[in-house]
Amino acid sequence: MSSKNLKLFTTPFNLQNPVTVQVLGICSALAVTVKLKPAIVMGLSVTIVTAFSNLIISYMRDYIPPRIRIIVQLVVVAALVILVDQILRAFVYDVSKQLSVYVGLIITNCIIMGRLEAYAMGNKPWPSFVDGLGNGAGYAMILIIIGFTRELLGSGSLLGHHVVPNAFFQAGYMNNGMMIMPPMALIVVGLIIWIQRSKNPELIESK
Amino acid sequence: MKGLRNYLDKIKPNFSKGGKFEKLHSFYDAIDTLLFVPNKVTSSGSHIRDAIDMKRTMFLVVIALIPALLFGMWNVGYQHFNMLGLYADKTFWEVFAFGLIKVLPIVVVSYATGLTIEIIFAQYRGHDVPEGFFVTGMLIPLILPVSIPLWMVVLATTFAVIIGVEAFGGAGMNIFNPALLARAFLFFAYPSQMSGDKVWVAGLPTAEGVVDGFSGATPLAHIAQNELPKMASFSDMFYGFIPGSIGETSTFAILIGALLLIWTGIGSWKIMLSGVLGALSLGALLQWIGHGNPEITNAYFHIPAYYHLVLGGFAFGIVFMATDPVSASQTEKGKWIYGFLIGVFAVLIRAFNPAYPEGVMLAILLLNAWASLIDHYVIEANIKKRLKRIKIKV
Repeated sequence: MSSKNLKLFTTPFNLQNPVTVQVLGICSALAVTVKLKPAIVMGLSVTIVTAFSNLIISYMRDYIPPRIRIIVQLVVVAALVILVDQILRAFVYDVSKQLSVYVGLIITNCIIMGRLEAYAMGNKPWPSFVDGLGNGAGYAMILIIIGFTRELLGSGSLLGHHVVPNAFFQAGYMNNGMMIMPPMALIVVGLIIWIQRSKNPELIESK
Repeated sequence: MKGLRNYLDKIKPNFSKGGKFEKLHSFYDAIDTLLFVPNKVTSSGSHIRDAIDMKRTMFLVVIALIPALLFGMWNVGYQHFNMLGLYADKTFWEVFAFGLIKVLPIVVVSYATGLTIEIIFAQYRGHDVPEGFFVTGMLIPLILPVSIPLWMVVLATTFAVIIGVEAFGGAGMNIFNPALLARAFLFFAYPSQMSGDKVWVAGLPTAEGVVDGFSGATPLAHIAQNELPKMASFSDMFYGFIPGSIGETSTFAILIGALLLIWTGIGSWKIMLSGVLGALSLGALLQWIGHGNPEITNAYFHIPAYYHLVLGGFAFGIVFMATDPVSASQTEKGKWIYGFLIGVFAVLIRAFNPAYPEGVMLAILLLNAWASLIDHYVIEANIKKRLKRIKIKV
């Protein structure tokens, strides 16, 4: 991977993070992060869809009439989402149940359309693929941080295994019921944004 | 006193720029201005000066809270010994001392946590330690049940100060009342410690020798379960001989504080009065519908409207929380609307939401969020009115 492509892959992790900087895909980030496992699966699904839709649209970019490009992009994304949905149902049925409509709603995830419009429509297939991979992974990273925090503090477990020792509970510790509710997911996202911006002054808009 | 002043002056160079403890200068400043009147003078231009500054204001609110706090301490002891059937054998001071020992740690933990975080943020952002927490630190213990574990107080205070105040830019910028935010956090995070029949009386879950028939339920719980005959009498609820959060039970003690707030002009009487009117009007409507309709089983249709004023946290909320000058409406007309809606929503949640026996906290937080919206429309309406006046003249 050339240094240019590497940069394409890594900027979405910090300075161009789709969730914390561009504030896209927030809805699913709040909805599927009660437990860590659905968060990981959701992150992976979005990464795969973003990467491959970028790749396919980039191959097609010279043949798509500009006036109907959105509908063409949607067809590609929808086909990939249905594929992902079927695979999830076949192999991890319980997670697919937990994610419910949010897998189908990947079609409307702004990150995917955003990358198609902003990058894949004007760049070669391989860099487009890397760009999609990076943005998907940036999204997945945030989801995993939120899912980790919420499952650990809200249910005292990680990936379904109890990790908070019983001695804690006997000493009076309790799981935080607020962590299971969507408002707390928003607050966790806010805290991540707060920490990220205070570490990267270039993200703070000038007044 | 003079020795203390001299000592503070002596160590001051250590805390100013270039000194040994430069990083702790706002901590020094906080202690200095708490002990002595700040000696800053206006150096340019003309300013209107008043003897009452931020610290005096906050101090007066804390004084207004003292009756509720003292009564709360006594009531903690009273409820405890009443549960064991031992109250008749105890002297006043024994009862009070029991409550003092139970309540004081919560107050200390609340102040220690909040001030530590405030000082850290003050250092980090390079401003002085704000005075706001002086009141918040006292409000938080007063609206919690006495059996609350101390680590939860730490967590809730941390949440309130960081998410409720510092995230919005510090004291004076917050849109929600921080103390209520701390309570709401605990209410949703640890419902088993914040509601039910077991938490309002110190030592109830593990006590032995509890008197037969003692339940520990608050009057609100009795109403919510439609057990009106079990409910305490109006005078008991007014004077506060009932289980409940530490400072909220005695409407009488709160009224003393309210008088001080109104007399000094710190708390808005408009918000308090309109809140009472709001609760009374919806309460009276419910009573009117319920009168002569025994098939309505909801007990809120069968209690007099003025009961709402002494039940639960209404008096405490409307006097000390709703009047918070930062999170309330600023316009005079807006204050009437704001207070009235708090009263209405508090009764609405009590009567129609079985999940929440008490609605005052949620009503005030909701109206905190709406306060600036109310202000906006009040101002717009005023602008429109005055524009009309111009047009007529032309």
